[in-house]
Amino acid sequence: MDIDLITQVLFAAIKTGTPLLFIALGEAICEKTGVLNLGQEGMMLMGAVVGFMAAYGTGNAGFGLLGAMLIGMVMSLIFGFLVLHLGANQVATGLALTIFGTGLSAFIGSSVVGQTIAGFQPVYIPVLSDLPVVGKVLFSHDLLVYLAIVLAVVIAWVANKTRVGLTIKAVGENPHAANAIGIKVLRVRYLAVMFGGAMAGLGGAYMSLVYTPMWVENMTAGRGWIALALVVFASWRIGNIVLGAYLFGLASIMHLVLQGMGWSISPNLLAMLPYVATIVVMVIISADKFKEKLLAPRSLGKPFDPRQMA
Amino acid sequence: MKLKSLLVGLGLLAGVGAAQAADDPFKVGFVYVGPVGDLGWSYEHDRGRQELEKYFGDKIETTYVENVPEGADAERVITQLAKSGNDLIFSTSFGFMNPTLKVAKRFPKVTFEHATGYKRSKNMGTYVLRTYEGRYVSGVAAGMLTETNTIGYIGSFPIPEVIRDINSSFMAAKSVNPDVTMKIVWVNSWYDPGKETDAANALMDQGVDVLLQHTDSPAPLIAAEKRGKRAIGQASDQSSFAPTAHVFSVRDDWAPYYIKVTQAVMDGTYEPSDFWGGFHEDMLSLASINDNLPADVRAKIDETYAKIKSGEFHPFTGPIKDNKGNIVVAEGHTLTDTELAQVNWYVEGITDEIPR
Repeated sequence: MDIDLITQVLFAAIKTGTPLLFIALGEAICEKTGVLNLGQEGMMLMGAVVGFMAAYGTGNAGFGLLGAMLIGMVMSLIFGFLVLHLGANQVATGLALTIFGTGLSAFIGSSVVGQTIAGFQPVYIPVLSDLPVVGKVLFSHDLLVYLAIVLAVVIAWVANKTRVGLTIKAVGENPHAANAIGIKVLRVRYLAVMFGGAMAGLGGAYMSLVYTPMWVENMTAGRGWIALALVVFASWRIGNIVLGAYLFGLASIMHLVLQGMGWSISPNLLAMLPYVATIVVMVIISADKFKEKLLAPRSLGKPFDPRQMA
Repeated sequence: MKLKSLLVGLGLLAGVGAAQAADDPFKVGFVYVGPVGDLGWSYEHDRGRQELEKYFGDKIETTYVENVPEGADAERVITQLAKSGNDLIFSTSFGFMNPTLKVAKRFPKVTFEHATGYKRSKNMGTYVLRTYEGRYVSGVAAGMLTETNTIGYIGSFPIPEVIRDINSSFMAAKSVNPDVTMKIVWVNSWYDPGKETDAANALMDQGVDVLLQHTDSPAPLIAAEKRGKRAIGQASDQSSFAPTAHVFSVRDDWAPYYIKVTQAVMDGTYEPSDFWGGFHEDMLSLASINDNLPADVRAKIDETYAKIKSGEFHPFTGPIKDNKGNIVVAEGHTLTDTELAQVNWYVEGITDEIPR
């Protein structure tokens, strides 16, 4: 494997990991407040189709992003209303949201099947983009790759260093205690769910505006589910999520590159690589925390009714 | 996905039940592996279904279930279609073979037709496209167009159909360019635009400049267009995705067969058979051959197409050696259709091993 190929592989790994990163970041915040939203795939597909249609209609990929975030939020509000207001089962509602989003996106997207757009182009950064290897791997991406990294840093800071982060944690760990000290639990959860929706929309838009600039039914092909798993493997830590997303990207690229190089390993085995790699690394990373099990937010998946006592 | 199929199936049941009261039209059901909007394999089957409806008008009623996973789920969907009064059911992916056979045994009065498989029974026939004919022309074009002498093949699953077409493409490329080599990447999916893009890029990173694909989305074409390389469209006319990179698309047309079989079952003359359709039956064609091709390439494409269509040339005519040096097609022999359905070797010159 020569240096050019390694450069290309790392470059592709970051690109592949980016949509996962968006979704996993959003879902992590959502889950930190105790809400498990399995509707990622549905919100992602809606983000992809609406983002594509907005970008196609206006000729401006920026509107595509905006549209994708908005539809993600609308979708998540439907979910929020059902599980937060009406206390519906989160797992079932999330699954329903995925099915709904998959079908609806196929329905509204049928008019733009077969169209293409320019999408987001890589940005050139003076000096940095020209660096050998590093320039190609890190500094010749499109805007969204950088946006994902910036968002990860901001989210990590908010979650770990600010009062907002504490509030989120309080709501997720013990909503009744949080309620008792005057935190509006449902409002916090609504906001977190909407944030998750917007991020899923972004992840979807990354697929339809950058990765494969087109719309076809079910184009996310299960990435929403992978992102969900990623959050768990990363034990809800932002740093681990970033690492896990790129690692997953690397593993899924490697399995294709190795085949091209003539490795005669079963492709089924190679296709497992991303999943195995994610699991292994997450286990190693969290080894010293094994005793704390998975570090899941304590109220995850449980509805909150302020009238009931814990 | 499971739930979705189930819901779609239930929806169909309800719809079909309501319609039955009026008259009693002949009912035809279709099972697709991908979405009808894939602009590839399933899209073309659905186009065939629509042509069928147009042809028979009120006399028939068609329903379809899309996005059906290969495996246990398929059996349930096919059973539902059979139970809901369909007289004829087309299941359109290799992985539906065993489920279709099982259901066919339970519903002896319903006729089943399975695409690309090799198992048949009293009430189950198979039909398949001679995709290797399209692949041979693709290989000729790829062999002439490549400047790096490296062409790439994005494979779905290592089943005989795909392996046969890899061989066909490679023999064709070799016939016009003795120095050509081929890199093969398996993505383990018929349809995953993201993964197909990754595979296309991984191949181009390793020097490939013409891409062939045996997966169903136009993603590899888009990837090739972005990097100024070439690619050949699969199953459906995919030229709009890559105006410059697109060489041509090998387009499937199932309508002639769907009309023929439906008519036969209606008339009571149906006999299960193993049907093969290709250039000759106009069930395969070359769509949107790019105007930007060099004249000699274009001429060779037309010539090869005509020779295969007329039956003058068959890609699997001996002597052919596999890549371990054994003679797999003897001199003077042309593979029969049964043999074509069982190809499990790579031809001489392909350095890979078939994944097991």
